[in-house]
Amino acid sequence: MTTTRSGGPRIGLFATCLVDLIRPSIGFAAAKLLEDAGCTVEVPPQTCCGQPAYNSGDRADAKAIARRTIEAFEPYDHVVAPSGSCSATMSKHYPELFAGDPAWEGRARAHAAKTHELVSFLVDVLSVTAVSAQWEGSATYHDSCSGLRELKVHAQPRNLLGGVAGLELREMAHPEVCCGFGGTFCVKYPDISNVMVGRKTDDIAATEADMVLAGDLGCLMNIAGKLKREGRRTEARHVAEVLAGMTDEPAIGEAER
Amino acid sequence: MVEITSPRFKANAREALADKDLQRALTKVPSGFIAKRAKAREKLPEFDALRDRARDIKNHTLAHLDLYLERFEAKVKENGGHVHWAADAAEAREIVLKICRDLDARTVTKGKTMISEEIGLNDYLEEQGIEPVETDLGEYIIQLRKEHPSHIIAPAIHVNRDQVEADFRRVHGHLPQDRDLTAPETLLGEARGILRDRFLKADVGITGANFLVAETGTSIIVTNEGNGDLTQTLPKAHVVLASIEKITPTLQDVSQNLRVLARSATGQDMSVYTTFSTGPRRADDPDGPGEYHVVLLDNGRSSMLGSEFEEMLRCIRCGACMNHCPVYHTVGGHAYGWVYPGPMGAVLTPSLIGVDKAGHLPNASTFCGRCEEVCPMRIPLPKMMRHWREREFERHLQPATQRWGIKGWAFFARRPALYRAASGIAMRLLGAMGRKRGRFASLPLAGGWTSHRDFPSPQGKTFQQQWAERKR
Amino acid sequence: MSARDTILATIRRSLKAEGDEAGRRQAVEARLAAPPSGIVPKRGQLPHEEQVALFAEMATAVDATVERVAGPGQVTQALSRFLRERNLPQAVVRGTDPYLAGLDWESVPHLRTKTGIADGSEEVGLSHAFAGVAESGTAVLLSGPENPTTVNFLPETHVIVVEARDIVGDYEAMWSRLRDRFGRGTMPRTVNMVTGPSRSADIEQTLLLGAHGPRRLHLIVVDTP
Repeated sequence: MTTTRSGGPRIGLFATCLVDLIRPSIGFAAAKLLEDAGCTVEVPPQTCCGQPAYNSGDRADAKAIARRTIEAFEPYDHVVAPSGSCSATMSKHYPELFAGDPAWEGRARAHAAKTHELVSFLVDVLSVTAVSAQWEGSATYHDSCSGLRELKVHAQPRNLLGGVAGLELREMAHPEVCCGFGGTFCVKYPDISNVMVGRKTDDIAATEADMVLAGDLGCLMNIAGKLKREGRRTEARHVAEVLAGMTDEPAIGEAER
Repeated sequence: MVEITSPRFKANAREALADKDLQRALTKVPSGFIAKRAKAREKLPEFDALRDRARDIKNHTLAHLDLYLERFEAKVKENGGHVHWAADAAEAREIVLKICRDLDARTVTKGKTMISEEIGLNDYLEEQGIEPVETDLGEYIIQLRKEHPSHIIAPAIHVNRDQVEADFRRVHGHLPQDRDLTAPETLLGEARGILRDRFLKADVGITGANFLVAETGTSIIVTNEGNGDLTQTLPKAHVVLASIEKITPTLQDVSQNLRVLARSATGQDMSVYTTFSTGPRRADDPDGPGEYHVVLLDNGRSSMLGSEFEEMLRCIRCGACMNHCPVYHTVGGHAYGWVYPGPMGAVLTPSLIGVDKAGHLPNASTFCGRCEEVCPMRIPLPKMMRHWREREFERHLQPATQRWGIKGWAFFARRPALYRAASGIAMRLLGAMGRKRGRFASLPLAGGWTSHRDFPSPQGKTFQQQWAERKR
Repeated sequence: MSARDTILATIRRSLKAEGDEAGRRQAVEARLAAPPSGIVPKRGQLPHEEQVALFAEMATAVDATVERVAGPGQVTQALSRFLRERNLPQAVVRGTDPYLAGLDWESVPHLRTKTGIADGSEEVGLSHAFAGVAESGTAVLLSGPENPTTVNFLPETHVIVVEARDIVGDYEAMWSRLRDRFGRGTMPRTVNMVTGPSRSADIEQTLLLGAHGPRRLHLIVVDTP
């Protein structure tokens, strides 16, 4: 691992397209958490990991986008993203996308090997055991599918949330069940997606927690959008915002205060 | 033939969501199967290692499938049985009909077999004047309802008890009208009584096969009710319907697979009856079928070998993928529009009836990955659904809006400078419009989203813009 | 071309199997000649006495009832007592299996036995197991001239006599005993692995015992004195 002026690893923060466009505060929270843990954080020009094209069967575009991303992040020790789903695309699927491509397979593998989901990177790689954050209230945590099943992110966010002063973690029923987002699934099959997210918001509401947290903005937009449509008061935030103590911005889908 | 309604998946799904009885029945799927499987897995420390082993056995078998099939055939013949090869559904139906005709069969009893559904056997036999009698309780119920299975191991899982009661009162007209059928036990007892008579009078018994053993020329059925055993033991002939990938090399290999099958399916260590059948009744046997026939069905499977869908041929039809699928939990099995529902159906159905007809199925998944997580044969179901999406994309089979939506997005995502300029303007605009209220109740071109949920407003400037400003 | 030839040719073409015929055949022959045993759960790898206990425990867990008797001399009385306690008639149907035939029937003169196949009129079937498998509480029954299969399925109550010495830890051990008896690659017409009484959960996933097969399964485990 190369080191930088600060002595910590040099991180290329992959904000993810959704965070870049919709909720930059998650990007800043991620940067703060990484910097607090001793990393140097940079944000090279970026767009998207290519997952929407990849999962829609558009391999050519997925590869073109992936090549851009791989190139942009080659200078860094690690690529860290505040998303299980984008991290898994890069760490699990890029090598498959370029399998047999002599020019790119090796680069894809190298990129994959150094890509991490934010919270698991903090806990598993940087050995962070506690954050200095405070949030008064109760929260429930939804396991986003890619993070949970492809990257085994489960205990890490719960462990760190356990150290947030004032926060009481309440498990919902079936935190591991998909919220029905599924990228383009939610607009291709809106009726099915709606029932799935409705079950999720029911499970969330049953905990009577003040806030629902997750590690992926896609799921959170889906869940927050449904909570708002149902007129429920539960707020939705990315886990990084709470761990970084950066909760001044209105929660996802909330009006300005 | 089973009518194919897969192209109408969206309409099927809407009807399923509006069907109160179906929704009532579906609530019981996740509560039962999932916890039972988890418990069975917990009790067997070797479970996941056995899954690896089962996968490896099947991979070896598929790589030598022709040779194991030949060996199986030779052993069946050696034991006095007959092997019939069917390239497609029509050939399989004709083979079964001929066996029935040669025995002047009037009625056939049937154990649970999905291959029978795949080849549309019941309708065909009825057209030919032969009465098929389903004997698995769930299959019997849906036969009365003139339906098809909605689940590969729990065919009537979409039916509620009160509906079964109504069906029994309608069909079993000779029984007293004032009988009490409120308890499920009484329904089971009534079916048992009626079917017992059918078992004893049937001319031919048809079963499926969970495994075929090359080493011994044996077919295996795994059941809980005992109906499969009565089906195959009592009539003049036992006909086994099996697809070619059911072959397993040896009894040892079968033992490995049996340890993951029932645990994955129902959470049992073993199903009640695991029955190994080798040939017809022997010279001095006091009972058993006089003839033993195995119909080996290809129906497109041999072409899946060597393709990106080969791994689907490892499937042992346990149903764990659909038991754990949140989409299946929402719409049930019939919405998928053909024989095989859920994640395994989403991969297999396009292979068997064409992706032009079944294109919705591999798309109607969030890729949540739960199916792959529980599959005893470690079949990468989401990966193969993605391969189908690739085939569809290549052939322009997806809706144009979807295709151009992705192409449009990719156009910008491939050009970072253009992306930053366009997104910077768009998000500031959207942010300015929505930030105060925090969300949009409707948005142009986003009806799929906003028909059911609000769209959270962007915060304004993009992260990359703000980051650049902060670092300046 | 016949369907058989078409299917086999398509398989070979799809597998791109041409060219390595000898190697592939060898791999198949090797596996059939010496089947690798794979992963055998530790659960059943116990001293024999503990295997017998595990067999009873696992069978009980799947709703069978189990009684252990000290020797063959006690089987018929245990059977008679079981029938009386369940208010069942003192009558069983069984095959001509020599072990069953050699039991002490004279000590239970009120117990009627019919030998031969079951036809659905009998309430209790009696069988002699080829083996018991401890890992899942499974009784293994073989068909043959002396052991009709109908006895195992048609009566509402099924009693299986399992000799303790025939209880093994796992399925693999059972198969090797079967091979020792019949020779490699040879099977009786029917091998029934029975794990508990018949059941169905096809109505609203409610588990009910006694679907088409026996509602009751009673195992009499017999020690060899």
